[in-house]
Amino acid sequence: MNLLEFRNVRAAYDRIDVLFGIDLEVPAGSVVALLGPNGAGKTTTLRVAAGLHPVLSGDVLVAGRRVNGTAPEELARRGICLIPEGRGIFPNLSVRENLRMMTYAGVTLSAVEAEAYERFPRLKERRRQLAGTMSGGEQQMLAMARGLATSPALLLLDELSMGLAPIIVEELYSIVAQVAREGVSILVVEQFASTVLGVADLAAVLVHGRIARVGTPAELQDDLSKAYLGG
Amino acid sequence: MALLEVSEVTVRFGGNVALDDVHLGAEPGIVTGLIGPNGAGKTTLFNVITGLLPPNVGKVTIDGRNVNRLSPTKRARCGMARTFQRLELFSLLSVRENIRVAADVHKGWARDGSNPAEVVEEIIERVGLTAVADARVDSLPTGQCRLVELGRCLATKPKVMLLDEPASGQSEAETVIFAELLQSLAAGGMAVVLVEHDVALVMNVCARVNVLDFGRIIASGTPSEIQNDQAVLSAYLGTGS
Amino acid sequence: MDKFLTFTIVGLSLAAIYAVIASGLVLTFTTTGIFNFAHGAAGMLAAFTYWQLRFEWGWPVPVCLVLILGVMAPLFGVLLEVVVMRGLRGTTDTVKLVVSISLLLFMIGLAQLIWPPGVSRPMSKFFQTSTPINLGPTTITWHQAITIMVAIVAAIGLRLVLTRFRFGIAMRAAVDDPSLSALNGARPNRISMLAWALGTALAALGGILIAPNVTLDAPSLSLLIVSAYAAAIFGRLRSLPLTFLGAIVLGLTEGYLTGYLPQNQYLPGLRIASPALLLFLVLLVLPNPRLRGRMTRSREFFPMPSIRGTLVFGGVVIVGGVVLATTLSTPDQLTYGRLFPIGIIALSLVPLVGFAGQISLCQLSFAGIGGLVMAHLGHGGDPVALIWAVLISAAVGALIALPALRLSGIYLALGTAAFATILDRWIFTLPKFSVFGWFNVDLFTQGSINVDPLTAFGKTFNSAASQIVIGAIFFALVAFLVVMIRRGRLGRRLIAMKDSEAACATLGMNLFGTKLLVFSISAGIAGLGGALYAMQLTSIQSGNFDLVNSLQVFALSVVGGIGAVGGALFAGISLYVVLPVIGVLFPTVVRWVGLLPGATGIGLGRDPNGAVSQMRDGFAPLAGSPSSLLVMTLTLAALYGIRLIDAIDNWTFVGGLVIVPLVASVIATVSAASKERMLAQLEDAPDRTPMEWIGIDRPWTTEDLATLDLALGTSELELHGPA
Repeated sequence: MNLLEFRNVRAAYDRIDVLFGIDLEVPAGSVVALLGPNGAGKTTTLRVAAGLHPVLSGDVLVAGRRVNGTAPEELARRGICLIPEGRGIFPNLSVRENLRMMTYAGVTLSAVEAEAYERFPRLKERRRQLAGTMSGGEQQMLAMARGLATSPALLLLDELSMGLAPIIVEELYSIVAQVAREGVSILVVEQFASTVLGVADLAAVLVHGRIARVGTPAELQDDLSKAYLGG
Repeated sequence: MALLEVSEVTVRFGGNVALDDVHLGAEPGIVTGLIGPNGAGKTTLFNVITGLLPPNVGKVTIDGRNVNRLSPTKRARCGMARTFQRLELFSLLSVRENIRVAADVHKGWARDGSNPAEVVEEIIERVGLTAVADARVDSLPTGQCRLVELGRCLATKPKVMLLDEPASGQSEAETVIFAELLQSLAAGGMAVVLVEHDVALVMNVCARVNVLDFGRIIASGTPSEIQNDQAVLSAYLGTGS
Repeated sequence: MDKFLTFTIVGLSLAAIYAVIASGLVLTFTTTGIFNFAHGAAGMLAAFTYWQLRFEWGWPVPVCLVLILGVMAPLFGVLLEVVVMRGLRGTTDTVKLVVSISLLLFMIGLAQLIWPPGVSRPMSKFFQTSTPINLGPTTITWHQAITIMVAIVAAIGLRLVLTRFRFGIAMRAAVDDPSLSALNGARPNRISMLAWALGTALAALGGILIAPNVTLDAPSLSLLIVSAYAAAIFGRLRSLPLTFLGAIVLGLTEGYLTGYLPQNQYLPGLRIASPALLLFLVLLVLPNPRLRGRMTRSREFFPMPSIRGTLVFGGVVIVGGVVLATTLSTPDQLTYGRLFPIGIIALSLVPLVGFAGQISLCQLSFAGIGGLVMAHLGHGGDPVALIWAVLISAAVGALIALPALRLSGIYLALGTAAFATILDRWIFTLPKFSVFGWFNVDLFTQGSINVDPLTAFGKTFNSAASQIVIGAIFFALVAFLVVMIRRGRLGRRLIAMKDSEAACATLGMNLFGTKLLVFSISAGIAGLGGALYAMQLTSIQSGNFDLVNSLQVFALSVVGGIGAVGGALFAGISLYVVLPVIGVLFPTVVRWVGLLPGATGIGLGRDPNGAVSQMRDGFAPLAGSPSSLLVMTLTLAALYGIRLIDAIDNWTFVGGLVIVPLVASVIATVSAASKERMLAQLEDAPDRTPMEWIGIDRPWTTEDLATLDLALGTSELELHGPA
């Protein structure tokens, strides 16, 4: 079964089309990587999935049910969690207060904290610190912890690796792989293939608002080099 | 010494290092490419060069003149012009008026006896906007908006032109024409610096390419050197490949 | 030492009030991004309500407080959020500003409607009769002690709410990223409603505490509370601790000025103006913001005005002036004639706000300077004084441009409001003084000063009628000037600067010079308007040029359409024709007229293109129909003719003036529409071939068959067999 499915989805900013009818499937329990150059529409795809951006035509289905036009907070309560580009955290709240915001999704603070500190022990040491003053990697961990605390069914990750050192990126992706093993479906957007192909079950390449290719990471590897560097 | 010379530029935002000891040169007569992943610091570097963002450390020179202490306005008058990734057009004005503003500004300080109205018409023809010259820029597709920004730069008769993703939003046909335009501009003696995600375009028009990753220049050389550079490959395709 | 302590306590109790009010402002600004200019007015309404319940009806204090602070103020805040503020998300700074300024004007109007001004409404302080508490060298009154305690409790309470309660944390989270809060499942609308409820309750608390210290007067109380905004600026409208610190600085400054300012006639105004002065200074030393690109996509569209259209516009204005001058009685001329000078002051906003996107809330202050120059240098109606009025106002305008180089949006609005307040409360109230012994300045001699009518070409224009015509001519000239600015190099430059300062700078534009120039031009125009206004009033006082007047002109110009000269005329006509006419026509609602400018702004301030552009669209068919235009003009001229021979009275005349263009425009619209229909029918003709003729005139098509099938209820399969 597909946890998330896009059927011929079109989306636009003002009059400028960004997505020209894309089809995309995230099978339950799998990690799908969505790759593509800047401006291809990757972030818009995630925003559409999270209910933050309207669909012009086509259908978005979550667990087989059409969710076009559902409010983002409603989708959040149904287990869809978007971790936006550039660290989905509140920089002027402490780590603990950031986690507290998750209780709006209907879990208790102690459960959120237990879950988060177990997965990311480093956050426990920093629980009183303002999130914005932590390192980029720690901020991304907090963002993921916030996302995972509610045990979502679908995690939408936008440019997890942006601006982070390779070693941190690898650490984060090992956690992504771990989360996927626990049964959470994940759609992750990356501009560059980097480490994500190591953990993805499927990858799709988005170019100019259209899905150019879908396949297993191995199938895509060669094409990617061409797509990014030419020649 | 290159016409535009950036040396030892470092920028920190809080604890994050956005640019780390960056060196970059741009020669007249060629297009210099600058590529790199999202968030690598390309736009930040442009902001430093044009004076919109003061660097923590580093130096920018044009024609051997240190412009570190100059405002963006003064730097523009040293012959620097740029476009913006997020488009900074004058949305209430027509295409012609957009370019005219720049031509008037240039005439105002250069007093070179040129006729701004004529300059504008030449540019409109050169960048291929004749058909939409009287349209409001708000009504144009992104690809043409990029050309308006380019035309606006040209109206200031720059020595160095910094283009921030000028081809994004252009169709493939538009990109082909745009590549020719870039090369003819460079051939006219201008130093062009091109930040672009369309790597094919970069490899096609640039004589030299610099690769920025995590705020550092990890490689620079001719397009073919870059395509075979191991550091570049791993930055783009992951350490695994 | 005793004196020092006494005034420290005075200062601290003021600080406490400022802190309470400012913290409410910060709360609503940070959580919803709207700077509520009407925040002080909410406190003012609370003070009046408290007076009504406590002193007029004699209800017990606790009941009054619980009712106002616990029920009415929060509900009012929620109402504001839901009805007014929620619709402002994603609009430009100017629109937000206009709506909240209109709200301020509306609330002042409301207070004056319910509690007519001119009646003394004394309020006693809390525990006024109890003996002050003895603190050794000095004493502290119960009211002061309570005020300070309230502020401390509010500070602690706010801190607790914002760090311990989930909705408080959510408010802070909304500051960082509202859409991310929604992703968490928090409901942003509910959180901003709570913020407005809490913020308004804090304003109400401050209002009730400050009211016993001052006279209960709606405009001055609303604007006195504006002083509290200076405290919020200390915290950059974001930080509550810094806001409290700012309040203490502000309160103590005012307290010590009260105690230690030398007793002369020049300085009392300084104390009253000190919060505004501090606000101005703080804005000056705020760190330079980085050049910004475009923030929000604007929906504004001001078409390029044509020279021909502007000449017609100017002609209509002058003819209108002549008509007013020849049909109205002298008292009416005095009332309605102000539309032109006020219109010119509104015109001064067009290049500044409309083109350049700079905000100024002190245009009437420039006008006041123009008026003063005319009064002092224009003895005997010397026309040269008009030139001086323009030049001197322009010079002061350039001075204001200095902070404007660093400020934008709401900060610039506050800076100019502070400047207006400094002029109102201090400079304009100064008695005669001498500048380093060079020359003597005596602004408003006895609170008011006489202005001589203009004398030119050996003629003195002292009748109200001639003043109107002069005003109309000047309005037309200035409107033409503004249009020429828009059409020329400077206009393009201003509009470019409004769109993207970053782009302008990187193209080599001198932003400093450009802003200096536009502020000077704008202030010069306002100065000219002020000089003409002063001549029309014959005697001026500082009250003619205060902040509330500036706010009205600003709000109505934006409602009319700040990007075009028509918007300025709209502002003039609304204030000095429509409002008085409504008052005369419907004497029963005359008291409600005060609500209109504010209500208009709240309702219409959201269309960035303004009401005039909508009207222009409505009358567009008329411009395309020369015959209707000619008939309309002739009818209007005839109407004017029979008015001049007194065959009809003014009301019939005015009715005709309104009805004739409307009818003409309807006729033009209908005829244009029918012409279009005829054309469309001609084009459609081939497709309208009657069914019987199909196959003869032209071959059958599949669509024809489908139409036929549909009509006959048969299916293609039955008729034509399988394909």
